[in-house]
Amino acid sequence: MLVFIFRRLLVAFSVAITVSIVSFMLLHFSGDLAVSIAGPDSTAEQVEQIRIDFGLDKPVVFQYFDWVWSALQGDFGRSYYFQDSVMSLITERMPVTLTLGAVSLALATVVAIPLGVIAAIKQDTWVDRLALTIACVGQAMPSFWFALTLIVIFAVNLHWLPAGGSSTWQHFVLPAIALGYYATPAMMRLTRTGMLEVLGSDYIRTARSKGLSETSVIFKHALRNAVIPVVALAAVELGFMLGGSIVIESVFSLKGLGQLAWDAISRNDYPVVQAVVLIIAVFYIVLTLLADVLNAMLDPRLRVR
Amino acid sequence: MSESTLSLNAATSGLPVVPEWRRIMNRVVGHRGLLLGSSILGVIVVLALLAPWIAPHDPFAQNISQRMIPPVWHDKGTWDHIFGTDKLGRDYLSRLLYGARISLSIGLLAALISGLIGTTLGVLAGYFGGRVDAVISYIITTRLALPVLLVALAMASLVGGGSVETVVVLLGLLLWDRFAVVARSTTQQLREAEFIASAKVIGASTSYILIRELLPNILSALIVVMTLEMAHAILLEATLSFLGLGVQAPMPSWGLMISEGKSYMFFKPWVIAIPGITLMLLVLAINLVGDGLRDMNAPEGRN
Repeated sequence: MLVFIFRRLLVAFSVAITVSIVSFMLLHFSGDLAVSIAGPDSTAEQVEQIRIDFGLDKPVVFQYFDWVWSALQGDFGRSYYFQDSVMSLITERMPVTLTLGAVSLALATVVAIPLGVIAAIKQDTWVDRLALTIACVGQAMPSFWFALTLIVIFAVNLHWLPAGGSSTWQHFVLPAIALGYYATPAMMRLTRTGMLEVLGSDYIRTARSKGLSETSVIFKHALRNAVIPVVALAAVELGFMLGGSIVIESVFSLKGLGQLAWDAISRNDYPVVQAVVLIIAVFYIVLTLLADVLNAMLDPRLRVR
Repeated sequence: MSESTLSLNAATSGLPVVPEWRRIMNRVVGHRGLLLGSSILGVIVVLALLAPWIAPHDPFAQNISQRMIPPVWHDKGTWDHIFGTDKLGRDYLSRLLYGARISLSIGLLAALISGLIGTTLGVLAGYFGGRVDAVISYIITTRLALPVLLVALAMASLVGGGSVETVVVLLGLLLWDRFAVVARSTTQQLREAEFIASAKVIGASTSYILIRELLPNILSALIVVMTLEMAHAILLEATLSFLGLGVQAPMPSWGLMISEGKSYMFFKPWVIAIPGITLMLLVLAINLVGDGLRDMNAPEGRN
């Protein structure tokens, strides 16, 4: 198991390095950064000055090593728009996005697991079909549109919750629903298939034949085993949510990492963009690593690979 | 597979032989999700194709005196503008019809590009295994770690905003991961199959084996992925356009229509409800077709 974890860590680390190279290159080859920063009305001299000021005249490889070397020391350079260090911008915005991610995931889990269990117990009844239908429709809904709809219904018409901002916990309810619903269908389906598989297995039949109550069979014996892959999936989904929070944060004007990325992108503030892409990627890598370890604990066969 | 085994089974069990296509038709009609999905999708495709002939108005024609007319079911609605008009007085129904063309063509083209990239990588990894597999699996892992939306937005902004072509290329370059994963695992399953071995024995070249022998056998799995990625691309295009970095005004992209209606949604919720529901219907239909096809591929009687 330790060897497995060590090997996975090694892969995770090298993937993180590769992601940093790829995101760096993608931005540098998508356009001339000096021209983008200078803006459309600038003269050729101004563009040249910016090129020198930002070190863009050096070969890209040098720029990359410069960047990575300082990034490893926790310095992502300075944002040219916010006139602040990228690191302090990120640490300032991080708590909002992490809170949003955690609340969204909690909501998704609280909805998905009970629904999945009920759908499995009542397999092929209308309850099961309804749950699957909701999952299917949910996956088709664009998150920004769902977010706007939530605002119209709960903030504007019912006045139950605020439409934007991040000062109180109420501000996180609607964004968390909008972000969390996207993870719900996948988790619900996995709970359902996991439960169906476990409920059909021999040890459940044994438990039942011992005369254990149905609740004890379902919650003590079946759910415990069916839920581990769901937890692993939840970790991966959290990684996706952090990447997708850019839309939700811009709709609800939450001042988190996504909003920061959005501001940076629309102003070609590329040191910030690079840092946010890398940080979200590292979060994802760490979360999938956790999911892998969790799955390997459950299923020893996976450790061989 | 197909006919020889079918007639053999039928002969041994003494059942009448049902023609293959009838069997398939029965399963399609018997599968409610697939039937519903393909009907909705079919209607949307036909409407999109016929848009120039059936659209009641020019989707770009502005008319300041006819701004924000509500849809026909509303008290002040008129039959002249069934879904009403937007803030520039453009007919909403006509824009929706033309918008369907944008969504469908971006979804299809992006899925084709990503399908080409992903299938190539996945088949090579699955067929050759070893080092090739290790390298390609690493590439897939790296791609999965990149936050798609963030990278797409950043690149779209640096490329200088979106046209339909930019969005197609960007999404095509970013959405190949699922194709690669599925192509890899299905190829691994078939690598040792007898028909591949016999093709090798008769001296067929590797490219012949991969393209003519292997590809047709993994195609049905790839088509399922294709539907999923089409839906994914359509949602992403709408998101990019909503955020202002996808398809640009005055094009009638549904995401852009929602974005333009955003400031009116408090008093006239239909301006975002109509394009939103249309978008959802399209994605739902494609997903239903995908799920249905996946069930069709599974051995009969299994779900």
